[in-house]
Amino acid sequence: MSKRPGRTPMPVADPRERTKNFDQVALGYTEEMALTEASRCLNCKNPQCVTGCPVAVNIPAFISLLKEKKFREAIDKIKETNSLPAVCGRVCPQEHQCEEKCILGRRGEPVAIGRLERFLADWEAENGRSPTKKAPPKGKKVAIVGSGPAGLTCAADLAKLGYDVTIFESLHAPGGVLIYGIPEFRLPKAVVRREVEYVKELGVDIQTNVVVGRSITIDDLFERGFEAVFIGTGAGLPMFMHIPGENLNGVYSANEWLTRINLMKAYKFPEFDTPIKAGKRVAVVGAGNVAMDAVRCALRLGAEKAMILYRRGREEMPARAEEVENAEQEGVEFHFLTNPVRIIGDDKGWVKAVECIRMELGEPDKSGRRRPIPIKGSEFTIDVDTVIMALGTTPNPILSRITPGLKAHDWGGLITDETTGRTTRRAVWAGGDAVTGSATVILAMGAGRTAAQDIHRYLESGSKDW
Amino acid sequence: MYQILKKRILTPQTKLVVVRAPYVAEKAEPGQFVIIRVREEGERIPLTIADYSREEGTITLVFQEVGLTTKLLGLLEEGDAILDLVGPLGIPAQLPEAGVVVAVGGGVGVAPVYPKCKEMTKRGVRVISIIGARSKDLLILEDEMREVSEELHICTDDGSKGFHGFVSEKLKELLTGGLKPDEVIAVGPLPMMRATCEVTKPFGIKTWVSMNPIMVDGTGMCGACRVTVGGETKFCCVDGPMFDGHLVDWAEAIRRANMYRDEERVALERCAGCGGEKHV
Repeated sequence: MSKRPGRTPMPVADPRERTKNFDQVALGYTEEMALTEASRCLNCKNPQCVTGCPVAVNIPAFISLLKEKKFREAIDKIKETNSLPAVCGRVCPQEHQCEEKCILGRRGEPVAIGRLERFLADWEAENGRSPTKKAPPKGKKVAIVGSGPAGLTCAADLAKLGYDVTIFESLHAPGGVLIYGIPEFRLPKAVVRREVEYVKELGVDIQTNVVVGRSITIDDLFERGFEAVFIGTGAGLPMFMHIPGENLNGVYSANEWLTRINLMKAYKFPEFDTPIKAGKRVAVVGAGNVAMDAVRCALRLGAEKAMILYRRGREEMPARAEEVENAEQEGVEFHFLTNPVRIIGDDKGWVKAVECIRMELGEPDKSGRRRPIPIKGSEFTIDVDTVIMALGTTPNPILSRITPGLKAHDWGGLITDETTGRTTRRAVWAGGDAVTGSATVILAMGAGRTAAQDIHRYLESGSKDW
Repeated sequence: MYQILKKRILTPQTKLVVVRAPYVAEKAEPGQFVIIRVREEGERIPLTIADYSREEGTITLVFQEVGLTTKLLGLLEEGDAILDLVGPLGIPAQLPEAGVVVAVGGGVGVAPVYPKCKEMTKRGVRVISIIGARSKDLLILEDEMREVSEELHICTDDGSKGFHGFVSEKLKELLTGGLKPDEVIAVGPLPMMRATCEVTKPFGIKTWVSMNPIMVDGTGMCGACRVTVGGETKFCCVDGPMFDGHLVDWAEAIRRANMYRDEERVALERCAGCGGEKHV
């Protein structure tokens, strides 16, 4: 048997050049590349890839259409179940989802499903969308709290079914983490705006600058005639390590660092008004996708040295493989088995160093990863002027604190039924990071979709089936 | 868009605007704040709600033009609109139902003190107010404060009106003279709030302060507004803005407030460079 050809590589911007700007790094397949890659798909009778997709995109079907150059039909096929393909094609951890299940992956490299999805979404952006298909209006109002991936997906699915959907967003721009969190070079904001426009075209009304829980309560929403509410409030409060020196000037949470850069465009200061203190020697604590985004932003803001400090080893890093690879190519230093114990300031209260301790890996913990244990007496310091804590977030407590009947776990995540997204309060659903704690865009979208289906079921039952 | 219905110039640097913001007006309580942005390139900054009318659907903001955003805000006239405004944010002030409270307001800090005094007076609390400014031309809301206070003391740093000295010194005089308030509420510049807390501490009087750190989102997401209170890190936007002033780490708060001083200067110079023209 002849050896199968490998994956078609993704063209990327030159690592030396790209760290000087915030332009997109992964440039996307050309039509020729997409066709070559699509031809690798075996169109399995029993496609496993679909089972790996949280929103169950009909992957073999869209790839078959792509092979026939039926690009419009192909993207429409994706959009039957995924309202944000240009986003997913760029930020999904495909290697742990659809591509992990691809049969080709057993002997070689799986089909680059995510790259094909992106190709089609970008093709559509250039060639225009098919007219949106909607069911006749049902005359029932649904409120969505938060316009991130969970909220947008839930809203789009419900709008397509004919519901009258309003999204309430607390920031001044819709998109949630897609706008404030993920940097331009990985997910251009124009792409996000395009996806949001699509959701609006489906008839969804997006009201920015409204904090549900403060500007309006969930009880108010029901009083105003909404019959179902979906909570997709996303990441909440950033976690810190509770070590000395964390409030020194020059210590940021990754959320603040990324929000200043992405939402507020601090990298364009003073053309934009929001400043940022971008150091020359930047340490990012953590090794998830957010940490990779933060450290790569530091390089683009002019850091001479940008490092990841991570208490576990390379194998345990939660970040997407492609982002780790991109960060390495750009010159990010990885310090594994290294955990900060103290941040040291100068006499004016600015960060000047971080003291760390070496770790070793012990028995697996409840995450299944080997537990890091400090090695006594192994403390050492690294000179830095900026420290960014990328340790994850705990869900925002505002809503569960003030909404009667809405219960949360001790750690803050809303309690829901996994198969439906139902919370402990009647007619209120939730999904995404507000439920799971820090996870991925696509899992949030999956939760939004699950809830939309159950909201539909509930409203079709005349609000009886609860 | 959030239209400015009324504008008053209180001092050369301090302005008052009444803004249409129905969501905020509906829910606002004394002690809460909003986050505003005045232009597409703009920064998000917090401003305390100085007053609100549920009937009219309006809120009142009082601001001192100290940075670029407040300068740009000051250029807006009646009929213009603030680009973004979100709130009410923060935990409402836990005001007493009875007793005696001294309310201390310094500079533009008089504005956030006002709604608290108004609410306390309504509840039957005896409010003794001390308001101050560098000189008499910079005093704000004197008439409004008089209306909601049983006693009003005015202080100026230069002695041009009322007590010659700081509001904290006036407070010390009253406490030394035998006044025994149940609590003190102090709002103003950080050094003024710190000085007030130093005065009340030996008397053992509970003292609430309203912190106003740098914020970005204002909903708990970013942690820019970290304040150390009683040795614990608090997020001012969701845990505050009112804290027990005797527990606040003032040195840290002052240091963090100055974090972007250089950038603020650059932004202002750039604005002055464009002739201070309307840029919104």
